[in-house]
Amino acid sequence: MGMSPPVIRRLLTEGASWSLIRENGTRLGAMPVQNDTDPKLSAYTHPERLVTTQWLAEHLGEPGLVVVESDEDVLLYDTGHIPGSVKVDWHTELNDPVTRDYVDGQRFAEICGERGISRDSTVVFYGDRNNWWATYALWVFSLFGHPDVRILDGGRAKWVAEGREMTTEQSKPERAEYPVIERDDSTIRAFKDQVRAHLGKPLVDVRSPGEYSGELLHMPDYPQEGAVRGGHIPGAASVPWARAAAEDGTFKSRKDLEDIYQREQGLSPDDDVIAYCRIGERSSHTWFVLTHLLGFPQVRNYDGSWTEWGNSVRVPIAVGTERGSVS
Amino acid sequence: MTASVELPPKLSELVDDFSEVGVKDRLQLLLELSQELPALPERYAGHRDAMEQVHECQTPLFLAVEVDPERTVHLFFDAPPEAPTTRGFASIMYTGLDGESADTVLGVPNDFYLALGLGEAVSPLRLRGMAAMLARIKNQVRSAR
Repeated sequence: MGMSPPVIRRLLTEGASWSLIRENGTRLGAMPVQNDTDPKLSAYTHPERLVTTQWLAEHLGEPGLVVVESDEDVLLYDTGHIPGSVKVDWHTELNDPVTRDYVDGQRFAEICGERGISRDSTVVFYGDRNNWWATYALWVFSLFGHPDVRILDGGRAKWVAEGREMTTEQSKPERAEYPVIERDDSTIRAFKDQVRAHLGKPLVDVRSPGEYSGELLHMPDYPQEGAVRGGHIPGAASVPWARAAAEDGTFKSRKDLEDIYQREQGLSPDDDVIAYCRIGERSSHTWFVLTHLLGFPQVRNYDGSWTEWGNSVRVPIAVGTERGSVS
Repeated sequence: MTASVELPPKLSELVDDFSEVGVKDRLQLLLELSQELPALPERYAGHRDAMEQVHECQTPLFLAVEVDPERTVHLFFDAPPEAPTTRGFASIMYTGLDGESADTVLGVPNDFYLALGLGEAVSPLRLRGMAAMLARIKNQVRSAR
């Protein structure tokens, strides 16, 4: 690490006033937005990472709270969104436009600043398809260590199903100052070589059964993101990501999640786990479940996923429904 | 690109509309088109088995192609409201090609959609659904000969 940075440093913010900044970039004295104390959430290890639709409806507009919609469909937000929310598009905004990688700290600071997000904002993500892309956006924000990130349990579908307010009115957030933070790829992100070195330790493949066995070279209905080889990384357990979601798009209860990941699949919170899918989006949903709901401290998302592994030369692959092992 | 090939007039007009505005307005245009996609006529409504699924679209899209005795092509699309991008793509096809002759539809360059300049706005990956839509429309027109 070299020289350790001072715990608190001074930062000149716009308007030329000095404020005291903690090491994680948040301002001293900023009031946090309170947590949702809903009993379903409190059963999870990190209930502060979730809010219910009721909580959000009650806290909309509160200073320090920014609601971010992140969808698969790039236009869905524009057809109507939660009042005051802003949109982040995974494809055109969170990815670097040239290199297969995420944006850098400079660009991330711009993305946040434009949306009125400062380092101490409470950011609540919601989106379509069981919060698939919302958890992906949350994971990318976590690469930059944004301290207070939360998911709206049930996402867009639940909010709409409950008849809660939606608007097409354009949100006009006041620009915020966001510090340039170096992305930390070492804690919650895994790269191909690290996955190779990890073989023999727990891996979770969250794709559909057909993709796992190798029958399908792509996700059902998404043939454009294929790979030249089918199958899975040897030793990987098959747990399709959406098993963690209930009918109404909320996360399943703690007990139901433990039944799937711990009792059925034999994972343990002490495990060093890597989750993957096709490009790392579905597996960020599973990463969220394991990390924040079940409290596994060492979970990484392999965003290269099958579109990298299944196109790589001479990497081991297991075909069929069995986990397989590395010989 | 495809500038030398003549597009049918309404499709050509759409290409002009898209290429004349900036990235943000292209999205707005696509959103408006998505809202204008006509509802299915009774003979298709609720009859997805009578339609062809375009698997290449990220959200299920169903299409039906009819070629009448005058060799005029009629297009029908079905995509859910929570998939506005897919609906927008379908609406481009409908607005640009419905009512054209079979030969005109078959003559549309497969990569015409590149000229819409949507790659930057919605990402090239999402755009591939549009290419697949055109390919499937052409196949159906051919088989209706």
